[in-house]
Amino acid sequence: MSEIVLKDVNYIYNKGTPYEVHALRDINLTLGGGIIGIIGHTGSGKSTLVQLLNGLAKPSSGKVLFDGEDLWEKPERVRAARFRAGLVMQYPEYQLFASTVYEDIAFGPRNMGLSADEVDRRVRLAAEFAKVSPDVMERSPFDLSGGQKRRVALAGVIAMNPEFLVLDEPAAGLDPGSRRFILGGIKEYRKKSGNSVIIVSHSMEDMASYCDRIIVMANGRVIMDGSCAEVFSRSLELIGLGLDVPQVTHIASALRECGIDIGRDVYTVGYAAEKLDSFCKKA
Amino acid sequence: MDVAFGQYCEGDSLLHRLDPRAKLIISILYIVVIFLAKNVFAFAAVTVATLAMIFISRIPKVIIAGGLKPILFIAMFTAVFNIFFFKGETLLVDVWIIKIYLEGLINAGLIVLRIVLLLISTSLLLTYTTTPIALTDGLEQLLSPLAKIGIPIHDFSMMMTIALRFIPTLIEETDKIMNAQKARGADFSSGSIIKRVRALIPIIIPLFVSAFRRASDLATAMECRCYTGGKGRTRMNVLHASPRDFVFTFCVICLGAGVILINIYAPGYSVSM
Repeated sequence: MSEIVLKDVNYIYNKGTPYEVHALRDINLTLGGGIIGIIGHTGSGKSTLVQLLNGLAKPSSGKVLFDGEDLWEKPERVRAARFRAGLVMQYPEYQLFASTVYEDIAFGPRNMGLSADEVDRRVRLAAEFAKVSPDVMERSPFDLSGGQKRRVALAGVIAMNPEFLVLDEPAAGLDPGSRRFILGGIKEYRKKSGNSVIIVSHSMEDMASYCDRIIVMANGRVIMDGSCAEVFSRSLELIGLGLDVPQVTHIASALRECGIDIGRDVYTVGYAAEKLDSFCKKA
Repeated sequence: MDVAFGQYCEGDSLLHRLDPRAKLIISILYIVVIFLAKNVFAFAAVTVATLAMIFISRIPKVIIAGGLKPILFIAMFTAVFNIFFFKGETLLVDVWIIKIYLEGLINAGLIVLRIVLLLISTSLLLTYTTTPIALTDGLEQLLSPLAKIGIPIHDFSMMMTIALRFIPTLIEETDKIMNAQKARGADFSSGSIIKRVRALIPIIIPLFVSAFRRASDLATAMECRCYTGGKGRTRMNVLHASPRDFVFTFCVICLGAGVILINIYAPGYSVSM
């Protein structure tokens, strides 16, 4: 399993102009394995952070290490990083351009210089993961619905078979059905391919039910880093940062105030039900 | 891609506070003055005046230097042409078919300087210190007499306001789309010309699609607010000319007169173009 290490990374936009913004401050992180969630407010630096992982942005200071190798030491490593850490940007449906869905998904693998057979294999596999049905493959991507377009864009990145699938707000602006559909597909992809997944989001519900590890960012710094239970048990701090916690965590703390303590680590509905059940049995 | 081009730079300098109508007139005058300058001394005068404007505007030098990047190529191209194809009197280099004259070098220098001055002065007056809205307001009012002979000035200025308004948006959008395609391994900076042009397709198509989408959204939004054109529309900000507008215009006219006098009475190395 490969890993990406960020070492003392700082990132400053528009350095030396009145618009200077210090987006990331002294970031030290080791990423790899499982589904990692990055949460934070708008402007907390999470989108900048993910652009560092595939070399789209160059840190103002500090290093990005891909399996111990400094990304910015050699130019060919940057290009390789694009394929190793596949980034699905926010609202990726706006990047579709080809005349058919198939061609669009094949764009990434073709840029990798793969053989036609291999491209075909990867396109079909990626479409399956992203739940793009085979009968739309020959249609124009512009004729599809919003949710379908999003899945085609997702397939376009999955087709590169990146060791890291990095998604910036993959479910933003989708209805709950498409939301579960797309996130479910990502989880399944993680399980079947064994590749690491990094999701940036501010939906606590999604994070709680899909992530193994959560990184909380605020003002360009990493504030918390741990399992869902660890992070969501600090619900007061999260709320203090202007972030939310899953609704069921709110309910658990409200219950605690009424004298019904089912624990601080409640963040999914299923687990809450379990805890509540055993509490009732005890009482 | 740098987004320095065409962006308003917040500030409260004398240049920022000038009436947009005055700024439009001054820019036209200034362009005329720059083209009037014929020799080294006249150019020196205009350069000093432009530097003074930069100083007055208090726009950071980084931004101004960044704004020059887009013309780097055209400036170099003109310079090279002038250096190699100019026939003068003082021959400096004569190797094989290459002949470089002193006059050619000076000419190239002055022409590049002219391009740079044109860009700096107009962008200082019109983009860095004037909001696009103020600018088109000014333009609309300056041209309003033409409405009497049936030219749809309001519509033109509305189109311009919208176009200007969307330049930064489209640049930002281009940036985003470029990043998205780069993330899929698109390469815009290597390969033959044909390959590079082809590499632009994945950027241009999504850009067009989103521009059309934005246009139709904006049209709907305007219709929802009962926009039917310029007839009977009043404005929120009414422009008032103040003494400083006249003083500034007068200064530029004086500069022009000075340049003409220098052209006549202090002949130095002259430009021909």
